[in-house]
Amino acid sequence: MTPRNEGELAGILKDAAAQGTRLRIKGGGTRTGLGNQVTSNTVVEASALEGISLYEPGALTIVAKAGTPLSEIENTLSEAGQMLPFEPTDHSGLFGHTDGVPTIGGVVAVNASGPRRLQAGACRDALIGVRFVDGTGEIIKNGGRVMKNVTGYDLVKLMAGSYGTLGVLTEVSFKVLPKPETAVTLQIEGLDSKKAQSAMSAAMKTPFDVTGAAHVQSNGNSTTSVRLEGFHASVTYRARELKSVMDRFGRTEVTDQADIWQRLRRFSYMPDSGEIWQISAKPTDSPTILDRVSAYVADYTMDWSGGLLTFSVPQGRDVRADIGGYPAQVVCLRGNARAFHEQPLPLAQIEAGLRGKFDPSNILNPGIMG
Amino acid sequence: MEMPKPNSFVLANKPKLIDRLIKALGMDAVISDIEETRAYECDALTAYRCPPMAVVLPASTQEVSLALRICYEEGVPVVPRGSGTSLAGGALPTEDAIVLGVSRLNNVIETDYENRFIRVQSGRTNLSVTGAVEEEGFFYAPDPSSQLACAIAGNIAMNSGGAHCLKYGVTTNNLLGVKMVMMNGEIVEIGGTQLGISGLDLLGVICGSEGQLGVVTEATLRILAKPQGARPILMGFDSNEVAGACVSDIIESGILPVAIEFMDRPCIEACENFAKAGYPMVEALLIVEVEGSDREIDFQLAKIAEIASAHNPVELRESKSTTESAAIWAGRKAAFGAMGQINDYMCLDGTIPVSQLPYVLKRIGEMSKEFGLDVANVFHAGDGNMHPLILFDANKPGDLEVCEAFGAEILKLCVEVGGCLTGEHGVGIEKRDLMHTQYAPADLTAQMRVKDVFDPKWLLNPSKVFPLDVTESHRLQ
Repeated sequence: MTPRNEGELAGILKDAAAQGTRLRIKGGGTRTGLGNQVTSNTVVEASALEGISLYEPGALTIVAKAGTPLSEIENTLSEAGQMLPFEPTDHSGLFGHTDGVPTIGGVVAVNASGPRRLQAGACRDALIGVRFVDGTGEIIKNGGRVMKNVTGYDLVKLMAGSYGTLGVLTEVSFKVLPKPETAVTLQIEGLDSKKAQSAMSAAMKTPFDVTGAAHVQSNGNSTTSVRLEGFHASVTYRARELKSVMDRFGRTEVTDQADIWQRLRRFSYMPDSGEIWQISAKPTDSPTILDRVSAYVADYTMDWSGGLLTFSVPQGRDVRADIGGYPAQVVCLRGNARAFHEQPLPLAQIEAGLRGKFDPSNILNPGIMG
Repeated sequence: MEMPKPNSFVLANKPKLIDRLIKALGMDAVISDIEETRAYECDALTAYRCPPMAVVLPASTQEVSLALRICYEEGVPVVPRGSGTSLAGGALPTEDAIVLGVSRLNNVIETDYENRFIRVQSGRTNLSVTGAVEEEGFFYAPDPSSQLACAIAGNIAMNSGGAHCLKYGVTTNNLLGVKMVMMNGEIVEIGGTQLGISGLDLLGVICGSEGQLGVVTEATLRILAKPQGARPILMGFDSNEVAGACVSDIIESGILPVAIEFMDRPCIEACENFAKAGYPMVEALLIVEVEGSDREIDFQLAKIAEIASAHNPVELRESKSTTESAAIWAGRKAAFGAMGQINDYMCLDGTIPVSQLPYVLKRIGEMSKEFGLDVANVFHAGDGNMHPLILFDANKPGDLEVCEAFGAEILKLCVEVGGCLTGEHGVGIEKRDLMHTQYAPADLTAQMRVKDVFDPKWLLNPSKVFPLDVTESHRLQ
């Protein structure tokens, strides 16, 4: 089903709730492998809810219908010298060929946040307003088009990363940022995970406004990268200062040609098949976590200054058991294991309670979040 | 402002409740003498006062849990309180409520510079969070004007902002995790030191929930390396329209200032008379501050001056030193004090799309004549968060009511042009009855579902945020 507008969508959801029809919610279909499998053959597509409703560069604000292709939004922003702050990740490479393209609603539904999340916040931080239809067919709005807004509860954050389980997004608003004039990357080759993490922490402790810090271990080589962005003169100055900090950890090269940030966004360091896991932890814990899986993990990426590990794993390994008691969020990005980290009981009860209120008939992507 | 009728069963049960609280927390932690509870009868919205039935001041998360459990069992409403600096009446008690203050919970639990976070107890003041890390060259970014006094607990409850939000975001963007006590006494931990989220973003909805979902006792906050320096430029224009256009042009140029402050003529005059900052007498004044090394600041200020020059400024004053910076900020920082000297005032907090600034200021000027009360505007122009200050005389019968009616019209205007009722102060009781202007019934119902889940008996700060008529069935179940 492909509703042409919000009203039609509301009708569809009302009917589905009455009949108990389980629905799979789809944007461009490029991220359908994320989360647990949804047992439903009835698909509701958001693709016809399309178009940028408002863009005010001078107010750093853009509003778009949820089915709008991400590329359309990024192009529009780029023409005015602006961007989405959080560098949305692109999962299409992980799940093989699809005929769709990433949509902005899909980005929000999975809170897809790339390398700049470290400095500029996640998708949920840039998101300032939503419209959605809940599991009873009710149209709901929250937040709006201004970046400072504490009027009532912040359901905007709750919708980001809710995988369609609380409602089907119809419109989203963002705070955007100026696109930097220049970006350079400082790189050190050959560090192990612990030294690399220390180098990244050292960079993050400087006042030079680092906008990316990642370490990639691939085919026996490792590269530690730290990114600076901004006006040319300023970046040149900061790169020189930061280099002297980084040189303590290894010989540091400065380049404006690094493709690492684009590759991280697209998971292109990951193999085409097999399980892929992601662990978000306290950055300094990540090297130890890697030690615990070192029997079967050779290559990995360590983004967000160490706060986000991504690696592939041979079929059937229980990563959660192996890393033990670290306070980390462990996610099976691609594979058959339970997708998300199990929440402690009181939180799981709250989540179930919220789903019960927003989707009492359990029709929206049932089971996708576990 | 109407508050619900106190529950007579709860009032009659007071001796038993006090007895239980004292047994659990000790004499020191419970205040029930009517004279002593008066210290808690209001917050910074001083027009409304009501002493609570009692005040509890727990010294640990465990004690918060015990206190809440007792109130839960006895069916007693609880009003959580940080430092009591809310301008929206967020900590205003009712006669049948217990005030639960977190002021004794003010320790730093952990600082971690490698991972750039600090974990504090929630009664700690905003400024003292920065105080705990500044020797190492770090700071906590959200900076509400009350930062010397306001507690992190209240910052989280109201999702507080400040002058530097344009670059650093508000509380929710700088909060990594909380330890929170649910109304039934259960202690939960949400979020943590990692950035990734598995499951629903509960932290996102707790921040800004005005103490209605739980009592936060500990917070993990993101700290940032302090920039090398910061300096402002002051610009005067002969109309609000031109100043507004200049703000848009600066933002569109790709510069992201840390602060863009806007003052209109009545505000400039009042500040000038009070602080003698040497401000030019113009229609609109902008103070734009940028950060970085000296050379980076020079570069950005030059670029801003160039943009401003295209708008024929009456005055352009670029700071070259800390003394000059202080002089530029002196008037702005004195704005509220200056107003207080002239008269009583009410400070509003609506946000508007920046493009609507000239229209909104024009309309406020017209309304000022209609209502017969003066208004001065000081405004975080980068993010559209307005702070109109309406002057009135509290001793003149009826003036407060006229002032409130005027304030309500301004806030309705903010919503009408695409903005919202409150940008950083919160709804509390102050904007509670205006919620219908911004949200349809279904929108409010959706928000109240969240409270139904976290606090099914609606005992936590129950008469705030939502209009009383829509919460009645929830509160009196």
